[in-house]
Amino acid sequence: MTASPSLPLLLRVRRAPGALRGRWTLVLTAGGLVLVAALALLAPVLAPYPPLATDLARTLRPPSSAHWFGTDELGRDVLSRVLYGARTGPVVAVTVVGVSLLVGTATGLAAGYCGGWTDEALMRLTDVFLAVPALLLALALTTVLAPGPAGLTVALVVTWWPWYARLVRGEAASVTGRAYIEACRTLGLGHRRILLRHVLPNASTPLLVQASTDVGGVLLVASGLSFLGLGPQPPAPDWGLMVEESQNYFTTHWWLGTFPGLAIMVVAALCFLLGDALRDRLDPRHTPRI
Amino acid sequence: MRAGNGRGMPVVSYVARRTGLSALVALGVVVLTYLIARVVPGDPAGVWAGPRASAAQRARVRAELGLDRPVHEQIVSYVAGVWRGDWGVSVHTHRPVRSDLFGLLPATLQLVLAGLALGLAVGVPAGLVAARWHGRWPDALVRTGALLSASMPVFWLALLLQTVFASRLGLLPIAGGYDRTVLAAHPVTGVTGLPLLDAVLTGNRAAAASYARHLVLPALVVATYPAAVAARLVRAGVLDALGEGHIQMARSLGFPERAVLGRFALRLVWNPVLQLGALVFGYSLVNTFLVEAVFDCPGLGLYAVDSVRSLDAPAVVGVTLLVALVYLAANLAVDLAQAVLDPRIRLG
Repeated sequence: MTASPSLPLLLRVRRAPGALRGRWTLVLTAGGLVLVAALALLAPVLAPYPPLATDLARTLRPPSSAHWFGTDELGRDVLSRVLYGARTGPVVAVTVVGVSLLVGTATGLAAGYCGGWTDEALMRLTDVFLAVPALLLALALTTVLAPGPAGLTVALVVTWWPWYARLVRGEAASVTGRAYIEACRTLGLGHRRILLRHVLPNASTPLLVQASTDVGGVLLVASGLSFLGLGPQPPAPDWGLMVEESQNYFTTHWWLGTFPGLAIMVVAALCFLLGDALRDRLDPRHTPRI
Repeated sequence: MRAGNGRGMPVVSYVARRTGLSALVALGVVVLTYLIARVVPGDPAGVWAGPRASAAQRARVRAELGLDRPVHEQIVSYVAGVWRGDWGVSVHTHRPVRSDLFGLLPATLQLVLAGLALGLAVGVPAGLVAARWHGRWPDALVRTGALLSASMPVFWLALLLQTVFASRLGLLPIAGGYDRTVLAAHPVTGVTGLPLLDAVLTGNRAAAASYARHLVLPALVVATYPAAVAARLVRAGVLDALGEGHIQMARSLGFPERAVLGRFALRLVWNPVLQLGALVFGYSLVNTFLVEAVFDCPGLGLYAVDSVRSLDAPAVVGVTLLVALVYLAANLAVDLAQAVLDPRIRLG
């Protein structure tokens, strides 16, 4: 995506309106995600019913003023369950990305900065992890760990960290030979300080972009695993699990599975949009295409 | 993904290096998955021997399955076994894992390939349209469509399509991979191994129609992600290419806009599309697992989920290994294709 350096004028002309609109996308998507976080935090206040309260007199009711999203086969309020669902899937996704970021960054910095055999060994290790698609490796791992949000998180971290290791390693390796890093060494700065203050900042923009996109990606994979029954267990209000439980009723009672699925889609789309908007705003090598 | 950095490295040594690395990674995958499967809690020998087996019987099964030996010995003998074609015996089907897997692989591959083909067929023109009318409504439509397709949970989309097209409208079959009665009357003989292709090649119309009708909805679901990725890549690539000198040259020579985009700009886009191709292939391959679960199509996905649920270590390791091998092969094929097509890569 590197723009041809011979066309600076063309780029600047194209960039101006895009940059302005990019800011709005950024504000709106970030606002949307803050709203989701607020809904998750305030679920106990906002939810009209407790998420686990069954009411066998009102099962499978279509959406109405009393139950905006209808009720499920046990008479539980779907809206309340969707609101509480924002406390499992998205939380798992953010935790997975956060921990993977830490592990991957440390590995990547070590590989890129040390070079040589350390680099080769660490990168071949990431090759092995990346050779198994995330959902499959997580599937194999969730059987080992007890099914539940914790097991899901661990399984996904194991599959996700190599991406960040690769990313950071690339950035670190590209600056390690530069004169200013040599200068830092000559001045007698410690490795730790050089790595954290002078090498890592180069990777911060791509890391931020990747991380915000990945929250959406991890949410999709995590929901897929809970759909297969390897995430939170019933009666937990989890979006993927709710879609799975609605499977037998989907034809006749559309509201059971439609709303949790929509919730996954909206949050994932917001994360992807945020990643795009961040790259448009922060990455000088990338020309925004609005 | 890394290209050779030696000056003037010939294709042969590039291929050799790349293949060697893939073999090493495959070995790593075996060790990794075996380690994962070994820590499976519960007692595989107990599952194998059945719930009413005595302690002595269980011990004999443990010895038979080699579970009483140290882990590293087990890995070595497992790798040696895989090399000889012995992938172990599945605990839940009681059949050799290898024949189970290779029996199911064609159905899954067929679904992935159909999905990828459909995704490219929709995504590439969509990306071109978006680039052609950049900033106008077709562009907005394609961008929104791509965003939604990428963020839609696969299993949810599968359920929606199943409900609308199969249950409500009754246009297509709800589940399964084929009609048993049709296949019994018109058995398909294997040529390529891909069921639909075999049926078409051998002129078996009834079976081909049955396979095709069952393939439409699952393939549509699998196609959404590749379509989104292709549309985004082609759009961005063509817009980038439009700034290049030779494109402006073509324009100023009076080539119609169609030709400028389709013939000149699109050519620069194939490389990034191919580069992401392997990744998208891997992602779609595991997406089929969810799709197979919804549509109840026999394939690797259903097998994997069943194996996971019954703590069937040899089967789980087998599926993971096979998918990783297929994925590695796809990666290798992409890298080699790029090295052949693009001298910048093999020459560094």
